[in-house]
Amino acid sequence: MSYYSQILTVIIINSILAVSLNLVSGYTGQLSLGHATFMGLGAYAATLFALKLQSPFLVSIILGAAVAAFFGFVIGVPTLRLKGDYLAIATLGFGEITKNILLNLKITGGPMGLRGIPKVTNVYVAAAALVLVIFSLNRIINSRVGKSFIAIREDELAAESMGINTTRFKILAFVIGAFYAGLAGGLYAFLFRYINPKDFGFMRSIEILCMVVLGGMGNTYGAVFGAAIITILPEFLRSVSPVVAQYRMVLYGLLLVVMMIVKPQGIISESSLSNKKREKSLEKGGL
Amino acid sequence: MELLEGNNLSMVFGGLSALNSVDIKINKGEVLSIIGPNGAGKTTLFNLLTGIYSPTKGEICFRKKEIKNLKPYEITKLGIARTFQNIRLFKEMSVLDNVIIGQHCRTKAGVFGAMFKTPSVRREEALVREKVMDVLKFVDLDDVYMEKAKNLPYGKQRRLEMARALATDPELILLDEPAAGMNHQETNELIKLIEKLNNTGKTVLLIEHDMKLVMDISRRIMVLDYGKKIADGPPDEVKNDEKVIKAYLGDDFRRETREIKKVKEAKEVKKAKEAYVC
Repeated sequence: MSYYSQILTVIIINSILAVSLNLVSGYTGQLSLGHATFMGLGAYAATLFALKLQSPFLVSIILGAAVAAFFGFVIGVPTLRLKGDYLAIATLGFGEITKNILLNLKITGGPMGLRGIPKVTNVYVAAAALVLVIFSLNRIINSRVGKSFIAIREDELAAESMGINTTRFKILAFVIGAFYAGLAGGLYAFLFRYINPKDFGFMRSIEILCMVVLGGMGNTYGAVFGAAIITILPEFLRSVSPVVAQYRMVLYGLLLVVMMIVKPQGIISESSLSNKKREKSLEKGGL
Repeated sequence: MELLEGNNLSMVFGGLSALNSVDIKINKGEVLSIIGPNGAGKTTLFNLLTGIYSPTKGEICFRKKEIKNLKPYEITKLGIARTFQNIRLFKEMSVLDNVIIGQHCRTKAGVFGAMFKTPSVRREEALVREKVMDVLKFVDLDDVYMEKAKNLPYGKQRRLEMARALATDPELILLDEPAAGMNHQETNELIKLIEKLNNTGKTVLLIEHDMKLVMDISRRIMVLDYGKKIADGPPDEVKNDEKVIKAYLGDDFRRETREIKKVKEAKEVKKAKEAYVC
């Protein structure tokens, strides 16, 4: 696999992560700082299914995503009763717990991680996954379910008073987000052929959040755009000078600060979806 | 027939008693107003009826069903909808989407239905669209349905809140100060709208400070003061109640009504005189 197609594949996997976090944080308004946890759970589960049970690639990554979704439910039930900062801290805590469990279990290889994963993911597989993810997410966002997510973000009390079981729908958003993140994790494992708990730590969660904030909260294509920039940036910096590349986290921080000042809604904001598009979808029988 | 009955309702926040043994009864099809000074417990009472708080003491029955321990969304599904004192629209959503949310509790489409757009989901969505446009026509907002809620002028935002509540197909609709901040003309339009609403068979419970509106449309008025009910009866009776005048309406109001009466009498005398002269 050439260097460029490798980078493109990573961009696509990161896009899936960003798009899935965008569902939770951008559309539903629940700030999660533990999104990489679900990616890790998906990656580990998919790998274990493939290595221990010899299940085929497709089955493995889907089962991996399902495991991540299950843990999304388990983590979502207690934490989504919290709001704002408290939720962010709780998700962060769960992320650290999961990382430490992965570090200490025998079956996950402890700090050594898991190796010897077959290389199956390539640009085409990843692209197909991204297309499916975006297609299904768009359908969800434009449905009764997606509108309820946005209503919860806009005003939770009003949403509940209008008949939305807010806890249930927040958990639902979390579970769907975890499923897609787990899928991305599976693709990641089958691309790099080696996984380690440190790949799915707090820094990774922050990186995914950066993609979403940079691209535009509440806009799927913005999230893809953000993922592309954040993935290409360190590669570009490395080509300039390896010293600069070392300071890429500083640059992320700076980028976020500048973004918040100049264009807090992100590069592609939610409202850039035009009325015309919506009217067209109404004519076609959408909601 | 009683639609809703609250008995002995008390609500205590820490050491502060916001409501103290209040009874409320709402008959089917009527317009009941709750008035009283600020901090009297009117909005607290609303929050009890809609499940945002659970009463410290007392019972609430809606259509003979105990609802005091139900969550707000369960109560909405049973047929009680509300608006808020300070507008709480989904600001970034379009007018249309705001009202579509109102239909949430009457529809069923789930994640998989949404992903695969099954025929039943398509049918449901078509019904929702029809229903929502009807509601928007009812409150006269159908021409701005693509507008974002936050971009509407104040009076229209108030109407949109009512539309959203109406979209839940409620039997009882609770309006929390619907005329607050409205000018004279907007208030008059609102009065007409509430009357229209009542004529379609909806029962209305409202909190309001605008006495013209209250006296115009209420069949019954309930007065709260310091968390206690001090009066409950038809407008004419409440208007002249000594306790109510002291606590809320003030002597000015009595004087005003007396002056209006005088002017009216004077006009009648004049008319009679004119008639006599002719």
